[in-house]
Amino acid sequence: MAKDILTKPKAFYDNFHRKPDQNKQDTHYCPGCGHGILHKMIAEAIDDFEIADRTIMISPVGCSVFVYYYFDTGNLQVAHGRAPAVATGYKRTHPEAIVISYQGDGDLAAIGGNNILQAANRGENITFFFVNNAIYGMTGGQMAPTTLLGQKTMTSPYGRKAEREGYPMRVLELLSSLEAPTYLERVALTDAKHLMKARAAVRKAIKTQIDGKGFSLIEVLSACPSGWRMTPTDAVAWISEKMEKTFPVGVYKDVIKDRKPNTWTRMLEKVPFEKYHEILELTGEPMEIEADMSSVLDIYKNPEILIAGFGGQGVLLLGQFLAEAGMRHCWNSSWIPSYGPEMRGGTANCHVKISEKRIGSPIVAKPSILIAMNLPSLDKFEPLLKPGGLLIYNTTMISRAPSRNDIEILPIPATKMADQLESLRVANMVVAGAIQEKTKLFDEIILKDCLNTVVKHKNFIPLNLQAIDKGKEYVENFGK
Amino acid sequence: MAKELIKGNEAVIKGALLAGCDAFYGYPITPASEIAHAAAKYFPLAGKPFLQAESEIAAIQMCYGASGGGSRVMTASSGPGLSLKMEGISYSCGSELPIVIVDIMRGGPGLGNIAPEQSDYNQIVKGGGHGNYKVLVLAPNSAQEMCDLTMLAFHLADKYRNPVVVLTDGFTGQMMEPVEFPYPNPGDFKKHHWAAMATPETRDSIINSIYLDPYELQEHNEKLQKKYAEMEKNEVRFEEYMIADAEVVGISYGTVSRVMFTAVDVARNKGIKAGMLRPITLFPFPKDKLIELANFDRVKAFLVSEMSNGQMVDDVRLATHFKKPIYFFGTMGGVVPQVEQLAQEFEKIIKT
Amino acid sequence: MPHIEISTENCKGCGLCIHICPVSAIEFAKEINKLGYHPARYKGDGCTGCTLCFYTCPEPSAITVYRKS
Repeated sequence: MAKDILTKPKAFYDNFHRKPDQNKQDTHYCPGCGHGILHKMIAEAIDDFEIADRTIMISPVGCSVFVYYYFDTGNLQVAHGRAPAVATGYKRTHPEAIVISYQGDGDLAAIGGNNILQAANRGENITFFFVNNAIYGMTGGQMAPTTLLGQKTMTSPYGRKAEREGYPMRVLELLSSLEAPTYLERVALTDAKHLMKARAAVRKAIKTQIDGKGFSLIEVLSACPSGWRMTPTDAVAWISEKMEKTFPVGVYKDVIKDRKPNTWTRMLEKVPFEKYHEILELTGEPMEIEADMSSVLDIYKNPEILIAGFGGQGVLLLGQFLAEAGMRHCWNSSWIPSYGPEMRGGTANCHVKISEKRIGSPIVAKPSILIAMNLPSLDKFEPLLKPGGLLIYNTTMISRAPSRNDIEILPIPATKMADQLESLRVANMVVAGAIQEKTKLFDEIILKDCLNTVVKHKNFIPLNLQAIDKGKEYVENFGK
Repeated sequence: MAKELIKGNEAVIKGALLAGCDAFYGYPITPASEIAHAAAKYFPLAGKPFLQAESEIAAIQMCYGASGGGSRVMTASSGPGLSLKMEGISYSCGSELPIVIVDIMRGGPGLGNIAPEQSDYNQIVKGGGHGNYKVLVLAPNSAQEMCDLTMLAFHLADKYRNPVVVLTDGFTGQMMEPVEFPYPNPGDFKKHHWAAMATPETRDSIINSIYLDPYELQEHNEKLQKKYAEMEKNEVRFEEYMIADAEVVGISYGTVSRVMFTAVDVARNKGIKAGMLRPITLFPFPKDKLIELANFDRVKAFLVSEMSNGQMVDDVRLATHFKKPIYFFGTMGGVVPQVEQLAQEFEKIIKT
Repeated sequence: MPHIEISTENCKGCGLCIHICPVSAIEFAKEINKLGYHPARYKGDGCTGCTLCFYTCPEPSAITVYRKS
C-alpha cells in the first residue's frame, strides 16, 4: 500500500494485443462491471508478489473467458465449468506454477459444480476467484444458480421462485463443510470498507498458494449493471442491500496458520530414466532357451486349453502359469480371462493358447485340453472339446462321469489332494502337475520356476511345488 | 530384454512411462480399469502424478491442463467414459493439445455390458464431439502392440499437436501375452515452445480454442485440416497377411483381426485364396491400399468383420468406391466372431 | 499534493469513482469521449490520495493516483 503512484499494474499487457477490436487499451467489459475491479486487484497482487513469470490464468466460459486479453501471464482458456479440473491437471504437473482459476457463477456453481467441489475436497494448492453476480452475463442475462429469489432474468421472467427453481446456491457455505480447503472468504465489490477487504482477500488467497498451504477460494459479489438493467451505482447498492442478505460476506474458513508451508505443494521427486526398468520390474534376463515340441505327442502339441471352475479355485492363475511357461520356452502364448463381475465369485474360466506358430485368435472355441474344476464347467464345456482331446476333471467336485467317448479322460480328485496338503487353494497346481505329467509339454525346471512369477507370496511356493509333484505322481500311478 | 507375460492394459502403462508420459488422470471403468491400477502403482514410483479424477469429464480436462503446460499426459476409459470425454477431446483438438487417450471398448449402447465390442468406432474415428476435428486412431491387436502403439501415440501426439486415441476392445485389454519392452529414448522428449510452462520464456503462451471472428475461425479450421491431410499422407499403417494372391480380402482390426488371421489359414487349407488387410491406423484409414486392392482383377470381394453393427465397413465402402462387393459379418453385444464363421463367410463369398 | 489523473479516453463513465470519492473531488465531464461516454473528471483539488477511486474503477488504464505530489 506504500506505493506513491497507483497506476495500471504491470501484470496487465501494455497493449491488449489479443483483443480483436480497435480499442487495445480498454476492457471488453460493460461500464461498472465488477470483473474489471477484480482483475485489477489480482494484477496488482501478481506484481507485488513478483510471480507473473510463473503464473497461469485459467479462464473458462463466461464474460471472463477473455481474461487472456489482459493478463501478461501464461493463459489457458478452457471449457465451461472445467477450470478446476484443468487447473488440477496443470498444477499437479507444475507444482511450482501459481495457478489462478477465474470463474463465474454459472461456470463454477452450475455446470462445473462437481469440479469445484472435488478440487476443494482434494485441497488443490490453487487459488480460485468466483465471481458471483447472480446472473449469466455473457449469454444474455439468464438465471444463475446464485440468482436471488424473486430476481427476474431471461429464464426466470416471473422472478425466481424456490418451488420452481430452488434456492440461491451458497457455494462457500457448502465448501466450508469440507476438511481440505484452507481459506474461504466472501467479499463484495461495493463501498470503501468492502473494497479494501476484497483487496486483502485477493492477496491472501494468492499468498496461500505461494506458501503451498492449499486450496483457497474467494467468492466475489460483483455488479452486472447490464444484466441487472441498472446503473452502475444502483447495481453496487443492490449488492449491499439485496445480495448480501442471501450471501453474507465474511471469512468462512481460514486455517492458514495451522497449515505448514508446502505441505500441499505436492512436489514429486523425478526419477531418472535409467531407473525405469527397475521401477517397471523389467529386469529379467533375456531367454536363451530354444525349446521345441518335437518330442511331444501330436495331440498335445500347440495346445488350446480351456480351464473352468468356481471363482477361488485358482482357475485364472493356473492359466497364467501355463501361459507363462509357454513364454519361457520361447513359444507364443496367450491368456484370456472371463472378466468383470464373473470373476468376483461365481464361475471363472480362461483360455490359454501355447503355440510354436503365431497365435491368431486367442479365443479357445474348441479346446484340445479342457480342465473342468466343477460340474457346471463340465456340463458347459465338455461338448466343445475336440475329438481326441484331453479332458481333466476334478472328481472331488464332479460326481458324474463325462459323457463323451471320443476323448481322452483323466479324472483327478484335485481338491481332495489339495486338502491333503492342507490348502484347498493349490488344487490348481495339482492339475498343473497332472497336465505336465500327461503331456510332457514343458521342461520341468522351467515350469516350476514359473511359480516365482505367478505366485505373489513367496512363502507359498514350496506348497505349490508340492502340489505339482502330487499331481504328477497321481498321473504316473494312474491306471497302474 | 526379457519378455514379460502381461495384460494389454498393463502393457499400456509400462509403455507410456517408457515413452516419457508425465501424468495419468483417469476414472475407473471395466474393462479398462487395469490401466488405472497400473498407473496408480507405477507413476508415483517414477515421481509422476497419478490422480483418480471425479469423472471422465474431469479426467480429460486434467489432461488438457497438463498438456497445455507441455507435459506428456494420458487418460484411459471405455465407451461410456469416452462419451463423457467428447467435450474435452473437441477442446483439445481446437487448442491443438497432444493427449493420449486409450479406449478399451465394451458393449453398448447405454450401460450395455463389459464384454468386447467395437462399437465406439464412429464416436472415435468420426469424432463424437463437436467441430471439424480428427484424432489419430491406433488399433492394437496384441499385448505387444498395446505397449508399442501407446509409445507411438505419444510420439504422434507431439508431432502433430493433436490427441491420439489407442482404440481396442476388451479382449485386447484383458488378454495376457508375452511383451518385450524397449528401452526409453529420452531424446524423444522435447519441451514445447508453444506450451504455457509457467516460465519467463513461455509467459506469452496461450492455449485457446476460441476464435470470435468467423474468418479467423475458418483459417484456424483450415490449418487443422492441413494437419489432418499431413497425417493421411504420413501416418497410414496396416498389416497384410496372405494378400499377394488373395481373391477375397478380409478386413478387420483389434481382436477380430486375430480371429480373421486364423480364419484365413482355415480358408487357405480349403483351397480358398483368402487374405487379410488389418488397418493399424483407423484414422488415417488405409484408403490407398484398399483402392489398389479393389482395382486388381483377381480380388473378387472384401469381407469386413467387426464387433459392431457395421461402422468401419462404411470407410471400406468409401475407400473402394464400391468397385467390388463388400460383405459384412458383424457381431454385437460382446459376442466375438468365431474362426469357423469367418472361414465359412470366405467360402460363401468365393462360391457366389 | 496528492492528486489523480483520469484518462478521459479510457473512461466508460460508470461513475463508481464519483460515487466512492469521500471528498467528492470527481465529477462527470460535460464533454463526450471517443467511447461515447461522459468521462469522470478530477475537479482539480481536494484529493487525499485515499486510492479508493483506483480500486473501484473497472478499467485498467483509466485512473492513476499520485499519493504524494
